[in-house]
Amino acid sequence: MDPVSQVRKQSLTDTKILARAVRDSFRKLDPRAMVKNPVMFVVEVGALLTTIELISNVMHHAGEVSFGLQITLWLWFTVLFANFAEAMAEGRGKAQADTLRKSRAETEAKRLRKDCTTETVPSSQLRSGDVVVVTAGEFIPGDGEVIEGVASVDESAITGESAPVIRESGGDRSAVTGGTRVLSDEIKVRITSNPGETFLDRMIRLVEGASRQKTPNEIALNILLAGLTIIFLLAVVTLQPFAIYSGAPQSIFVLVSLLVCLIPTTIGGLLSAIGIAGMDRMIQRNVIAMSGRAVEASGDVDVLLLDKTGTITLGNRAATHFFPAQGVEEAHLADAAQLSSFADETPEGRSIVVLAKERYKLRGRDLSSHAATFIPFSAQTRMSGVDMDGREIRKGAPESILQFCCNHGSGASAELQVCIRDIANAGGTPLLVSENGRVLGCIALTDIVKGGMRERFDQLRAMGIRTMMITGDNPLTAAAIAREAGVDDFLAEAKPEDKMALIKREQAKGKLVAMTGDGTNDAPALAQADVGVAMNTGTQAAKEAGNMVDLDSNPTKLIEIVEIGKQLLITRGALTTFSVANDVAKYFAIIPAMFAGVFPVLGALNIMRLRTPESAILSAVIFNAVIIIALVPLALRGVRYRPMGAAALLRRNLLLYGVGGIVAPFIGIKIIDVMLTYLRFV
Amino acid sequence: MSANGWFQIGLFLLVIFLITKPLGVFLARVFSGQRTFLDPVLRPIEKLIYRLTGINEKHEMRWTEYAIAMLLFSGVSMAVLYLIERTQKFFPLNPQKFANLEPGLAFGTAASFTTNTNWQAYSGESTMSYLTQMAGLAYHNFASAAVGIAVAVAVIRGIARKETDKLGNFWVDTTRCLLWVLLPICLVGSLVFVSQGVIQNLRPYTTVELIEPQTVQVTSADGKTTKQTVTQQIIAQGPVASQEVIKEFGTNGGGFFGANSAHPFENPTPFSNFFQVVLIFAIPSALTYTLGRMTGSQRHGWAVWAAMAVLFLAGITTAYWAEARGNPQLVGINQTQSMVQSGGNMEGKEVRFGIANSALFATVTTDASCGAINGQHDSFTPIGGMVPLINIMLGEVVFGGVGAGLYGIVVFVILAVFIAGLMVGRTPEYLGKKIESYDVKMAMLAILILTFTILGFSAFAIIKPFGTSSISNPGPHGLSQVLYAYVSSAGNNGSAFGGLSVNTMWYNTSTAVAQLLGRFFMIIPVLAIAGSLAKKRIVPESVGTFPVTGGLFAGLLVATIVIVGALTFFPALSLGPILEHLLMAAGKAF
Repeated sequence: MDPVSQVRKQSLTDTKILARAVRDSFRKLDPRAMVKNPVMFVVEVGALLTTIELISNVMHHAGEVSFGLQITLWLWFTVLFANFAEAMAEGRGKAQADTLRKSRAETEAKRLRKDCTTETVPSSQLRSGDVVVVTAGEFIPGDGEVIEGVASVDESAITGESAPVIRESGGDRSAVTGGTRVLSDEIKVRITSNPGETFLDRMIRLVEGASRQKTPNEIALNILLAGLTIIFLLAVVTLQPFAIYSGAPQSIFVLVSLLVCLIPTTIGGLLSAIGIAGMDRMIQRNVIAMSGRAVEASGDVDVLLLDKTGTITLGNRAATHFFPAQGVEEAHLADAAQLSSFADETPEGRSIVVLAKERYKLRGRDLSSHAATFIPFSAQTRMSGVDMDGREIRKGAPESILQFCCNHGSGASAELQVCIRDIANAGGTPLLVSENGRVLGCIALTDIVKGGMRERFDQLRAMGIRTMMITGDNPLTAAAIAREAGVDDFLAEAKPEDKMALIKREQAKGKLVAMTGDGTNDAPALAQADVGVAMNTGTQAAKEAGNMVDLDSNPTKLIEIVEIGKQLLITRGALTTFSVANDVAKYFAIIPAMFAGVFPVLGALNIMRLRTPESAILSAVIFNAVIIIALVPLALRGVRYRPMGAAALLRRNLLLYGVGGIVAPFIGIKIIDVMLTYLRFV
Repeated sequence: MSANGWFQIGLFLLVIFLITKPLGVFLARVFSGQRTFLDPVLRPIEKLIYRLTGINEKHEMRWTEYAIAMLLFSGVSMAVLYLIERTQKFFPLNPQKFANLEPGLAFGTAASFTTNTNWQAYSGESTMSYLTQMAGLAYHNFASAAVGIAVAVAVIRGIARKETDKLGNFWVDTTRCLLWVLLPICLVGSLVFVSQGVIQNLRPYTTVELIEPQTVQVTSADGKTTKQTVTQQIIAQGPVASQEVIKEFGTNGGGFFGANSAHPFENPTPFSNFFQVVLIFAIPSALTYTLGRMTGSQRHGWAVWAAMAVLFLAGITTAYWAEARGNPQLVGINQTQSMVQSGGNMEGKEVRFGIANSALFATVTTDASCGAINGQHDSFTPIGGMVPLINIMLGEVVFGGVGAGLYGIVVFVILAVFIAGLMVGRTPEYLGKKIESYDVKMAMLAILILTFTILGFSAFAIIKPFGTSSISNPGPHGLSQVLYAYVSSAGNNGSAFGGLSVNTMWYNTSTAVAQLLGRFFMIIPVLAIAGSLAKKRIVPESVGTFPVTGGLFAGLLVATIVIVGALTFFPALSLGPILEHLLMAAGKAF
């Protein structure tokens, strides 16, 4: 296994990542960094206040020391736990970035001069527009476009996929990435990026989280959390005058404890971890999202545009039926078809052999004893076949076989003509088989819809997402495949500009559109779409236009991308709801404890029956800190997501995180209280 | 509690439910400029008004222009009222020869009536001339109600419209509200009140000989107490019925008399009492239907209504239970309900209304930001008195003030959608509009202002001598009194807990500031939200869209209002009414 995928598979409990995360949680205590997270900044300031109070108490031998010390420690833990969550989320990305940096090591490049001679320069001196020559065994010095030649390239440093890929000039497979290695042949590459801006550089920054910017929804959520923090700050600050009037003034420890428990520390501490983990989940599935905004947008997608070939259907057509001509046994046709295809290594040819085997148990035969001569496919005859035992079997496109048979003095019946037309109309490709100049029958090659697509489309429909198939086929064929795959709609005979128009039309209706693409002519549409996933095998133009790159170049992954986006948003919402709902129990723990000394009757509000006021307050603070750590795995993994309608999803999550958020702290605080009392901490 | 009491409460809610749709449809038609049966009479008047004032009724305003027009209108109206109050003795219709008001009281009252609060630090029958009552105070009862409704309509338009920055015309909305909605219904309503015995005249006060002369103790300025025999009584008169109907229908609450709706000339019969509570809830309830109709999601309108109804039922149940239970400290006194007595805690309540109708009135008047009272909230049991307090603390969104309740609950809807909306796996949207940082910022600002005003002023007043010297009962009850004053002001309710002497420089000024903050710094962010929502595209609804309909959403909305809106006040409440209740149970009273 190559290093990149090793990192990808690393579990969250990897000791190296853990150790680094612990170190980072202390480093992140720097107030200049903390201030970006208003909720945790308030906790840090609170912890600082109690620390000062504690020191002054110790020096003056006055006030509470044991209680104050414990509160202060747990307040610092609260901040550290939140930092730890963020550091853990960043951990895997950082480890991955280290590995990627190694591939970026300085290489030498052979730059082509104007006079067609080459000069050797360090790769860091290459500028956009330079042309370099790369031969087998060398690293490609920078991102670029193949302008001459064909080569097999090992891209495992980026994709984690060890099988080499073909890169050639012209067409949709011309893009090469810096840091990958040419395995065979020689290519000329026009460099398209300046040093520091290469795909590898961007990828390092992305996985590391260095270029991470808050997404729009994260900003809005931060405003909400900051607002709630100010509201609770007001509630706590004004409580002291009320308490003084009532003759029960409170200590700094108690007031800060109440404040920290009320402000939404759970979501405040986990918010950035959730965002980073979302990007990380994309990377684990080999998708590089250029921004968190794109991940967020993928949760909002209303329409998925899916290319038929490769996404909905397998890339190749396969034989599905034999239609014998009048007076011909189907088994005979199958036998002839199979014989003609033994030497045919194309996927279509192989599928004929397989079909014959499945239908008529016709197994591979030892043909060497039959002195068989295989006739390979040629562009002139547009047929292939075999000559053996006096049988002259041919297989090919209907026109060529009919022409061939016509020369032998025979033709096809009207019935067969209808059959050929029907296959074509249903979206298939007809092939004719002949033996000794007589047409035996027809083989139908059809698009094979990938397994499980219908179920996935049903799921998408349940989530309220419309799927649309894009194909160059005629409307009849398209309709047949659309029906079989279960997509909601299709666009037939689509040209690239049609795709663009379709996206604009959907967007004008207020919908968010996601699509995949790889060709240069897909680039404008990829840029226009709200979520544009470019295939890594595609052209540089496509990769730059989209806001995500799929390193596996698997268009079906669009569906997973949508699910990751939704999961990210749900996790964020679930923890926000949980955090806000937690406050109810914390009030009931702390308020009676604050005033029970002066007004014992307020003990009636102590519905959890917590032992002492000190243990009540301490339990609430400990719960508040520990819940952050307890929820780190959930924040990093994301809540479990099942595709279903919004109403059902809301009901389920509200019950789990809303009602659960109200109930959980009652139980948690009580347990901590029992433990504290048992261990005689208070 | 009795079956009869619950029947009356149930009947009340049923009547409110039944008028919600017809009145809601009517409001939607009026503000969409559609034809109504009143058009033949009112349309010419409306056109004449526009011609005289130079208003172009086709002109649509952006939210900023709408807000400026609203502020200008309110500011000028407030100044006019202040001038009337300060000069009333120079004008006619002052049979009792009342003096001009002191600047503090005049300012406080002007602010209070402009903001639809109607906080009264005076008794109308001993302070205000008939002219001040009619041209000054009653004018504001209409104007401030129309402003609130206009803003609510602008907010609804913001939600309903797409890709525009226009919210309608403030002058047109206000004018149509006055002509089509407030004036016609008040005309009919005042006649209903007259039929029940509410007075309507401009006569000087009547002096009558007492049938049974009373002996009273009088403490003179030098501290000597002397006994005096009283043989005469002055009975106040005035144009009450015309003012009574808009007091409730516009959720103003400022009584003609100091005793407000407890006074027999304002609220003589059980029927007039029932009619008053219905009038209070009528427009706020109907506006939820208007919201549903104008945004094209009637089920959303009903979900909002249901959330309000749940909070109302929770309040009335608690208040009725607490009051009917009586005072546990009155050991050996029969407090059970029977044919000859209403039982329960009757202190500060009118015998003709009894427990159920007093609890209902207190709940309704504080749910809606009306503030009229038919009994003294100060004399309620601690828990019974906490219900009005919490109702206002929720942000006056349980039906709420006319217009104010609706735009207030929109703030909570936005927060609920934003907090829980993510849980369906999409960025939050409300009726097809994405809720983004600007909207959240404004919604939080509105809630912050309210919290800041209430807690800030209360905390300041409770530790300063000029704040505590007005408190009449010590201990937790005193805290409740101060808290109630600022909650009622910032929430633009205007009901008083009683017991607190509020006609002081500090309370007149600070409550006025709280009222102005609570009114206008709520309206401005809310209009900003409307302006921002109007500009957005509408994302078509699908099964993946966050549902803002149905019981689940109503429950979520209730939870958001309680947790975000009310929990903030829990510490203060626990030292006030909750502590008082527990102490009362333990045998200590204040």
